[in-house]
Amino acid sequence: MKPAPFEYHAPTSLEEALGLMNQHADEAKLLAGGQSLVPAMNFRVVQPSMLIDLNRVQGLSHICADGNVLRIGAMARERQLEFDTLIETRTPLLHEAVPFIAHPQIRNRGTIGGSIVNADPAAELPMLMFALDARLKAQSVSGERWIDAQDFFAGMFTTALVPNEILVEIELPFMPPRTGWSFMEVAPRTGDYALMGVAALVTLDENGKCTRAKLVYLNAGDGPVDAKEAAQSLTGEQVNDARIQSAAAMASEKEISPFGNVHTSPEFQRHLAKVLTIRALKQATQRVGEMQ
Amino acid sequence: MTVSITVTVNEQEYTREVEPRLLLSDFLRHELGLTGTHVGCEHGVCGACTILFDGESMRSCLIFAVQADGHSIATVEGLAKDKDNLSPLQQSFWETHGLQCGYCTPGILMTLIPFLKQNPNPSEDEIRHALSGNLCRCTGYQHIVDAVKLAAEKMMDVNSG
Repeated sequence: MKPAPFEYHAPTSLEEALGLMNQHADEAKLLAGGQSLVPAMNFRVVQPSMLIDLNRVQGLSHICADGNVLRIGAMARERQLEFDTLIETRTPLLHEAVPFIAHPQIRNRGTIGGSIVNADPAAELPMLMFALDARLKAQSVSGERWIDAQDFFAGMFTTALVPNEILVEIELPFMPPRTGWSFMEVAPRTGDYALMGVAALVTLDENGKCTRAKLVYLNAGDGPVDAKEAAQSLTGEQVNDARIQSAAAMASEKEISPFGNVHTSPEFQRHLAKVLTIRALKQATQRVGEMQ
Repeated sequence: MTVSITVTVNEQEYTREVEPRLLLSDFLRHELGLTGTHVGCEHGVCGACTILFDGESMRSCLIFAVQADGHSIATVEGLAKDKDNLSPLQQSFWETHGLQCGYCTPGILMTLIPFLKQNPNPSEDEIRHALSGNLCRCTGYQHIVDAVKLAAEKMMDVNSG
């Protein structure tokens, strides 16, 4: 058999899952969609002595609107996100980006919470949480707390969760009016991990002046990389070609720190970041006003 | 430690004792003898082990058999009534030379069954995207794409006739 032996628990309620996590926090791994954990277990890179399977826990797969935010259960499948009309209308950036996550077979099983908690710097969902100002709800036997996405990712494959906590819900504010969006990435083959990717958001006022911009990158450091200075250079200004060029140069040369891998050098990743940023900012700016 | 599970595979119910670490792909092949589900990479990249889990295509090498307890699985063995009565999708692969060594074919068929249900008249681009999670080392995909187009036509004819 491929994976090493483990003890298996399949709780049916969140209370039961939290109790198990509290008791076995040091040895147990949570199993959500398993699309990153199970490959690692098949390689025996990861050998947890216990798995707590969340797939039978009720009430963790919702996607609903609540005032000005979307609430998404941590066990919502990526495929659910892809076809959800609330996500399409309220957070079109997420809607655009989800089809870039792996392949349909993976999205049918993989979950939003699992991908966020895995905190792979090359994955789409962690950086999208950054871009969309998500708040993440962590629960344990002793209560719940909300963590801003900006504070959640603590490095490569590392999060702010403490061992007995479970990520249960993601809160996404509706994208503000007059906001344009763009998600772009370059991968060697469709569905592969991208060499570089960017999420861009641009909000313009009635006079076409930028009131808020956001540029977040994947595979550009040890977590999602927020190019704050580049984004800041656009605010208060008309978003024209010259400003786009200079923001892209700033982000790709100064703010990201890609490592390179077997497919690419860091220099090529910086080149991709620059080209993608220019295209993404142009597209985002053109799309202002398209959101319903 | 083993766990007793009951799984419906191709509309037939099976009850077995399994170790929790047994992968669904190995369960199908070694416990049930359904060797039509192939294993290639065993870490979710190649798509050879694609099956339907409650009607949706998934990698059976990335699911534990215990997780299928109480669920419904469909494998390539369930597609044709017998060797002379292939499903329209299989018949199209036959007619357009959509396979060579055949190793990737079961996974590709199981990927395409729900795809064609959701998208009965796909464009070539959509077909290629749908196939992106299945590696084929022989064909270069052209004849597979032809097979999907032909299957879509056949299935439309059946549905409209």
